[in-house]
Amino acid sequence: MSILDARNVTKRFGGLVAVNDFSFHVPERSIVSIIGPNGAGKTTFFNCVTGFYEIDEGEILFDGMSISGKSPDQITQLGISRTYQNIRLFAQMSAIENILVGMDPRLTSHWVGAVFGTQHTRMEEQQALHDSTELLRFVRLRGKGDHLASSLPYGDQRRLEIARALASKPKLLLLDEPTAGMNPRETAQTTDFIKLLRDELGIAILLIEHDMRVVMNISERVTVLDYGQMIAEGTPEEVQNNPEVIEAYLGRGAAAHV
Amino acid sequence: MSRIDLRNAAKIGLMAGVAAASVSAIGMVQTFDERDLITNVLTLGQVLLFAASVLAGYQAAQQHTAAERGRTLLTGLIAGFLAALPVLGLVLLTALFPNIRTKLVNVSATLIQILTFGLGPSLGSLLLAAVMTLLGVGGSLIHVIPSRISRPIIIGLVSTLVLGLLSEVLLGVLRPLVGSQVTGLLFGTKGLRLVTAAVVFLLITSGYWWWSARGEEDMQLRLQAQNPERAQRMRTMRVVVGIVLLLILPFILGTYLTEVLDIVGLFILMGLGLNIVVGYAGLLDLGYVAFFAIGAYVMGILTSQSALGLTDISFWMALPIAVIVSVVAGLVLGTPVLRMRGDYLAIVTLGFGEIIRVLATSDLLKPYIGGAQGILQIRKPQIGSFQLVQPEEFYFLILAGCALAAFVSWRLSDARLGRQWMAMREDEDVAEAMGIHLVKTKLLAFAIGAGFSGLAGAIFASRLSSIFPHSFNLLISINVLSLIIVGGIGSLPGVVVGALVLVGLPELLREFAEYRLLMYGALLIVMMIRKPAGLWPSAVQQRELEGVGEETDTFPSERALHPETHEPMSEQVVEASTTTVRGS
Repeated sequence: MSILDARNVTKRFGGLVAVNDFSFHVPERSIVSIIGPNGAGKTTFFNCVTGFYEIDEGEILFDGMSISGKSPDQITQLGISRTYQNIRLFAQMSAIENILVGMDPRLTSHWVGAVFGTQHTRMEEQQALHDSTELLRFVRLRGKGDHLASSLPYGDQRRLEIARALASKPKLLLLDEPTAGMNPRETAQTTDFIKLLRDELGIAILLIEHDMRVVMNISERVTVLDYGQMIAEGTPEEVQNNPEVIEAYLGRGAAAHV
Repeated sequence: MSRIDLRNAAKIGLMAGVAAASVSAIGMVQTFDERDLITNVLTLGQVLLFAASVLAGYQAAQQHTAAERGRTLLTGLIAGFLAALPVLGLVLLTALFPNIRTKLVNVSATLIQILTFGLGPSLGSLLLAAVMTLLGVGGSLIHVIPSRISRPIIIGLVSTLVLGLLSEVLLGVLRPLVGSQVTGLLFGTKGLRLVTAAVVFLLITSGYWWWSARGEEDMQLRLQAQNPERAQRMRTMRVVVGIVLLLILPFILGTYLTEVLDIVGLFILMGLGLNIVVGYAGLLDLGYVAFFAIGAYVMGILTSQSALGLTDISFWMALPIAVIVSVVAGLVLGTPVLRMRGDYLAIVTLGFGEIIRVLATSDLLKPYIGGAQGILQIRKPQIGSFQLVQPEEFYFLILAGCALAAFVSWRLSDARLGRQWMAMREDEDVAEAMGIHLVKTKLLAFAIGAGFSGLAGAIFASRLSSIFPHSFNLLISINVLSLIIVGGIGSLPGVVVGALVLVGLPELLREFAEYRLLMYGALLIVMMIRKPAGLWPSAVQQRELEGVGEETDTFPSERALHPETHEPMSEQVVEASTTTVRGS
């Protein structure tokens, strides 16, 4: 059964068709990748799934339920969370606070309760702090909870962003170029980490990546977008040998050489 | 740098000189000259003038290392001398063209007397040049003398000057306590006596020197390490002492100072509210005075004994109604501006504030709220048969209001709602993607902020018994915003410090009033350059200033998880990185 099911999704910006009649699905507990050159519509599709953009045509089903037309906060409440291509942490908040914000959809306490310090609020805050510390440990940032997000090194910021996304206990995690700007060693670490995420938490992961090695290593299925259209779909090996994909990436000449 | 950077020294010196000449020409030096810091020796006006050369000397000499003593001092000398030139030019100008006053109205004979120490243009100018040059050297001396010695001296000097500045206030407090004979020994007619100043300076300097020599931090650390329970007890003690002090403050300070404190308190209350809107939620609200006005007017029309009074309810009944109406007004303003950000929001709220002021003065609403004549005979709060009239009595009401607002702010800042606000401030889109309901969160910030301001307004109306529309102008919004910026945005103690500095000081020192806006501007610029996080930054800002998160070592757990990363980069990896196509 698929956790995410996009059917004939189209998104236009004026005359530009950013995503064109795109159908796509993510099975449960799987790692699926979308690749494609810059401007292929990958991030646009992410923004459609998370509710930042309203889709013009088609339908997106999450867990068997349509999420088209829902607002970003509602979609997060349902169980989709994401990271960003250019890290978007809450810079002037500490690492632990960033995770606590990510946990917000799971919290129920009311602000009046916070003023009076009711038992429910205190218990919930305590639990939230405990869970956040756990998550911090999980992404190997133990002991850095008090650090300002902006003061963390790049790799830590990437992992903190993932921890923040995980805090809402999502069923589907969208990672937008998690290894962008990393050196090969960090990339390898992150790749392993993503695998670990799926294996330990049992969630589905949808990945946007440029780095072929990352994609080929960990994804079960790969979809290739070019100019908003799907040009190939299949296992990493199938996609890698698809002449259309090579052409999209390297140009016509390269395709002829293969 | 091995040579003296003449150009730099000249630039800084002349800049300071032009500043000194300008504040003289606009009359600031003359006005401030009326306040003696040390009787018959030093006035505030002179300090203002001389500060220019000290700062110029200090700034210009900064480029040299401590070892280059001669060069450092020479640079200070040059800067100090050049700082004197524009001021001397002003003196010369008046000597040559006595008619200059028609153009520069504030360049009076008195001012020239002050600038020349009353010695006449020629001799006085020479002395002024000599003094300012020497002070320039004095400024550069700070770099030469080891900080172990210079720090206590600077702190002693500054504290003595501040004490001198506040001597009128101190006189008012001390005279009833120790009798006018003792105060007569310590103080002159206006400032400190020279002997008192010298003693105070010596005491503070030696005291600080002794304290730093013993290593205050070291001692405190040891104390805490020894006995955490005792440290906790000490903290509790400090809080208790603070509360007791706050409660007996009006009886120590007397009526006049308590009245000043009341005004400061009302601004603290507003500052706490605006701090939620601007500091926590990041919504720049320039029309904040509107809620203050609404709170005041609701209190007015509900409790006024005049013809405008609608009902005859007590202050205590009207207070919650005033707050609720302000909260509703906050929601009403909040709803249309939900989609706006930053500058646009600032402009719309600015307009809202003006609308309220214009409505208050309008003929349309005159039958209900009195137009420009305002509302008179507003009721005072009554407890049993006791009526709160005196500033000392209002002080406790305002203190209670501030305590409530501070408590609510503190609790919320640490809770879920506070985090939602801050997340929204940092990045609205991401906050929404984190499942935060933006509309609800924004409206709550507006409503709670408006509620505090309305509370302040209601107390304000009752305190004065009468309100007039011109009390609710844009300047109040700007004052409140400035005080939270100067204090430290998002910081609760910062609001208190900011209100004391920006509202309390000008109230105490009357001569500041005229130049209030000029000094606001200067202070804001200096703050933004030197201390952008404010006088008392919030905990998060402090953390950033201290620069935690420097260590970037990988954690042991990471190695356990990734044994393969210990090996040198494999060929495969290199290959893979080259296949990264059209990477961003």
